[in-house]
Amino acid sequence: MKMKYMLMMNSPREGAGSILHWPKEDIQAHIRFMVGFAKKLSGTGELLVAEGLAFPDQAKRVRAGADGKPITDGVFPESKEFLAGYWIVEVDSPERAYDIAAEASAAPGRGGVPLNMAIEVRQVMSGPPPDMM
Amino acid sequence: MTESSHSRIEHLLREHAPRVLGAILRKFRDFGASEDAVQEALLAAALQWPRDGVPEDPRAWLIQVASRRITDHVRAEAARRHREELVVSLVPPELQLVLPRDGDELAGRDDALVLLFMCCHPALTTASAIALTLRAVGGLTTAEIAKAFLVPESTMAQRISRAKQSIQGSGVPFQKPTPEETAQRLGAVLHVLYLIFSEGYTASSGPELHRTDLSGEAIRLMRMLHALLPEDGEVAGLLALMLLTDARRAARTGPEGELVPLDVQDRRLWNAGMIEEGVALISATLSKGSLGMYQVQAAIAAVHDEAARAEDTDWPQILALYGVLMELSDNPVVALNHAIATAMVHGPEVGLALVKALDAEGRLEESHRLDAVRAHLLERAGRHAEAVAHYRQAAERTTSLPERNYLLTQAARLNDAKA
Repeated sequence: MKMKYMLMMNSPREGAGSILHWPKEDIQAHIRFMVGFAKKLSGTGELLVAEGLAFPDQAKRVRAGADGKPITDGVFPESKEFLAGYWIVEVDSPERAYDIAAEASAAPGRGGVPLNMAIEVRQVMSGPPPDMM
Repeated sequence: MTESSHSRIEHLLREHAPRVLGAILRKFRDFGASEDAVQEALLAAALQWPRDGVPEDPRAWLIQVASRRITDHVRAEAARRHREELVVSLVPPELQLVLPRDGDELAGRDDALVLLFMCCHPALTTASAIALTLRAVGGLTTAEIAKAFLVPESTMAQRISRAKQSIQGSGVPFQKPTPEETAQRLGAVLHVLYLIFSEGYTASSGPELHRTDLSGEAIRLMRMLHALLPEDGEVAGLLALMLLTDARRAARTGPEGELVPLDVQDRRLWNAGMIEEGVALISATLSKGSLGMYQVQAAIAAVHDEAARAEDTDWPQILALYGVLMELSDNPVVALNHAIATAMVHGPEVGLALVKALDAEGRLEESHRLDAVRAHLLERAGRHAEAVAHYRQAAERTTSLPERNYLLTQAARLNDAKA
């Protein structure tokens, strides 16, 4: 029985924009890793979706005002735990989802040292069992 | 079944789709029903032709099958509603299937044009116009279009059916547009085809194969439009622009999908045949007078493509062309490109002054492009620390992943060299 999981990658501890200051070689190694990782997961048929998100600079918080119209709020750059990107995978077991998350977490960072960034793994809810329909 | 005969049949089907739909529409008038019937006929052909061989007159075959489908539908509908006055349900099918022989070739050509104008109707949203054009004129299936735009098939099906309803509701008649109508609506048609091309050409994280199909499809439709309106300068200009741009595709991205800027592309990877065709097309068009935006852009692309090495680029000519383009359009992105060309001719500091003025205008505030251009010019001026800061700022602002990767790498390269 296949299960779907969403793997949510948080920005590294030193902040979302830290990659802006890495040396060129490290940036290239990181990009190579991420491209290869997505290719590999597609190859095994486990990858459903993978998206990187634009820098938090571009994000806005939206809330409906009393009139139902959106009120947008600035982004708070001091916040360190922005969602940086996500994958949705379909795997045979939760352990496999954890393994995939760990592999992504170990993506190379500055100086080729694994980032070991936090990746939140949450199961995607499935449809109701047939007898409930 | 070989790969090549598969693609030959596919090519045939796309080729005939708009004319078949045009013929059916002329007979039955109902856009939605006609379009559905033609899609069914195309599917039937895709299944039968590889097995039984391509019929002698493929278009007649498709028209016949589509007519039969639509007649069946109409008859079923008529029976259900007891609308026996519908003539179509009373005429024996054999009689309905007789194809008009008179001026068929000419009528077919006009039909394709009318269809394009219908699908790119200004009343439709751009997204709907694109989807409908690809389906009705391009003969792509809903699934193919959905794949190309990376949206679920159900979403695309919704978009197409809403577009069909809008057309049906708007009462746009199916008839050859008058010269005035052609002039009025041609702009919308060209814009839609340009957007289809751009969607296919812009590097993206998606499965690229399907996207390149889109630029190929845009070029095919553009060729068709050019055959229908050979005298129109902007039609020729846009076709030339697409050919001259698409010719560079193989050199535009590296092995990891990263962007490779024009000045460091391996020009041996450029498609010489497409460049030759595009240059010939734009040269012939420019000599006829009455310039438009697409022609000038094609001329600029031609100057780039004709340089054997980046340093051979005729920048004074490009600068002059951007001057013409600025007169034709008040677009701040054009002004930004004009600043780049100025820098190439008169030095980076002169270009930077233009960029600064543009920045003060505030029209490019939301765009990362201003930062990216500024960074390039600052680097050329030897002001490396400032260049790094602007590369980084551009990287933070862009929402394109390949572009972000490119800008990050530029910032880091320059920063490494400084350290």
